[in-house]
Amino acid sequence: MGERILDVKNLQIDFHTYAGEVKAIRNVSFHLDKGETLAIVGESGSGKSVTTKSLMGLLANNAKIVGGSIMYHGEDILKKSEKQMQNIRGKDIAMIFQDPMTSLDPTMKIGRQIAEPLMKHKNVEKKKALAQALEILKLVGIDHAEKRINEYPHQFSGGQRQRIVIAIALVCYPEILIADEPTTALDVTIQAQILDLMKELQQKIETSIIFITHDLGVVAGMADRVAVMYAGQIIEYGSVDEIFYNPQHPYTWGLLNSMPTLSSTDLEAIPGTPPDLLDPPKGDPFAARNPYAMKIDAEEKPPFFKVSDTHFASTWLLHPDAPKITPPDEIVRRQAIFAKMQANAN
Amino acid sequence: MPENRKKVLEVKHLKQYFGVGKPGMVKAVDDISFDIYEGEVFGLVGESGSGKTTAGRSIIHLYNPTDGQIIFNGKDVSSFKSKKDKLEFTRNMQMIFQDPQASLNPRMTVEDIIAEGIDVHHLAKDKADRRQKVEDLLETVGLNRDHASRYPHEFSGGQRQRIGIARALAVEPSFIIADEPISALDVSIQAQVVNLMKELQEQKGLTYLFIAHDLSMVKYISDRIGVLHFGRLLEVGPADDVYLKPLHDYTKSLISAVPEPDPEFERTRKRVPYDASIEQDKEGQPRKLREITPGHFVRCSEEEVSFYQERAASYEKKAPEVPNV
Repeated sequence: MGERILDVKNLQIDFHTYAGEVKAIRNVSFHLDKGETLAIVGESGSGKSVTTKSLMGLLANNAKIVGGSIMYHGEDILKKSEKQMQNIRGKDIAMIFQDPMTSLDPTMKIGRQIAEPLMKHKNVEKKKALAQALEILKLVGIDHAEKRINEYPHQFSGGQRQRIVIAIALVCYPEILIADEPTTALDVTIQAQILDLMKELQQKIETSIIFITHDLGVVAGMADRVAVMYAGQIIEYGSVDEIFYNPQHPYTWGLLNSMPTLSSTDLEAIPGTPPDLLDPPKGDPFAARNPYAMKIDAEEKPPFFKVSDTHFASTWLLHPDAPKITPPDEIVRRQAIFAKMQANAN
Repeated sequence: MPENRKKVLEVKHLKQYFGVGKPGMVKAVDDISFDIYEGEVFGLVGESGSGKTTAGRSIIHLYNPTDGQIIFNGKDVSSFKSKKDKLEFTRNMQMIFQDPQASLNPRMTVEDIIAEGIDVHHLAKDKADRRQKVEDLLETVGLNRDHASRYPHEFSGGQRQRIGIARALAVEPSFIIADEPISALDVSIQAQVVNLMKELQEQKGLTYLFIAHDLSMVKYISDRIGVLHFGRLLEVGPADDVYLKPLHDYTKSLISAVPEPDPEFERTRKRVPYDASIEQDKEGQPRKLREITPGHFVRCSEEEVSFYQERAASYEKKAPEVPNV
């Protein structure tokens, strides 16, 4: 992998609410290398969207960054002023949101919307910007682009709108593209097209992608590396093969177990619900829902244990003194595939 | 499907058009027919705009069908004129909705939400009995008895969907239409709700029409699946057959687009593009659902039957391409 372009260290974000301080992000660290796709997986409320909003300087007013740093090209994004952020946002770091309808301006022709970042960030004059907008519109696969560039968002289908949103995000050739559930609102066939498009464009313009999703199927096809978030923390991270074929944290097991596949006959649901982050649990946040929980899980938060040079998991099960347990059948099956892959590699 | 099983629901040539007589008439559901047998789960899949939700709503008579018949337990639903007949119909057929936030009245307590059907049908002897029934239902769906006095906003999405299920169960129906009951929920909660629905079905001998766009979840819960596209049923068959031996090009394309939580599989995935023009009817060759292999139907013309039979046979020769998940 290429050089490290983003380094998030010990990020902590609280939200001030009437009920008290919600500890939404608790000590989150991760990094992003040039040209790679990092997937952040988690359920709603796990803090994945808040993490990426902080990268863009788009946190809500009641959010407070309590600690940590986000280093981008040697500078801390968190220390930048709103004005400085405006120069980064949309130019160096761009974002695609879940709902393509609400992220487009219904009263503006799409050509103008695609050209806008060029005019704002790169001082391209309008005519040239529109010409470039046309190019990128063709690139994202909108047919009859010459004609459609003068149309409004409502004249496009959901999949086409998401293509336009991608065109806007990519028109400045950003170094980092953050995609927050970009295909959740789309049908599977359209989703497949958009994912293919993103992969293709990533090659062409050499951007790095942070892909936020709850869909492990999408992650398997998109990511180079995966970070699993739960209750405001990253609980496991590693390469895509390590997470899918050699997962270590019981929450990752639970997620993989509760996804139906084309051949599954039994679904193992994770019991219970995520903890309330107004009053986060002291130990392992997953302990209450974890069938393998030990006494220490309720008392002390597990550190990250190293599984390989690229794979870390925060669970006491990896402690040398922990009892040996047998993971669920589905995980055992996956680990067998991993063992085979390892053997083939050597 | 064995012939001796009782048909609970027969949908015959159902058509649901909107804006009839106006220039922009939409044929949301265009002549679909299928049967649902007692105790089975029939999954209806399709992309947005395919007419799956409309079909569900026409069946429970939230819409007046433009044409066609819905026969429920041997009686034509549109023939119910008296209040008594209509009440009996709604008692037997209930619905679970997609968005548990929008489908629960925020100003009613959980007890009143669940007991609304009990009140309408006079199923409770007195107040204590009503309360007892509600508490039992809450327990059935995995909530606490003391949740009865709370309001919907105090619950998470998954819990709200459980309340929606309790409400549907309150009048002891035999048939439940579930319209995308899990698509608004988180992954780890989806499995909980689907497993609950499966459990209830086994305990109470319920019959489901399960409407969804998530193919892998539909495959998991359904006995038989119908694939809907542009308001038409293109393929109907046992869940495993439709999944592992899809006959129609559209079904093939749809299945090839479902992401699998398996990186190796994703790397070698081949997507099957679909050309909708093959659905266009040729003159003199009317298309309808025709049985290709036992219980497995495809919408095709007389001439195309042999083509699909060959396709079905080709699956028997080589092992079907199953992802190694």
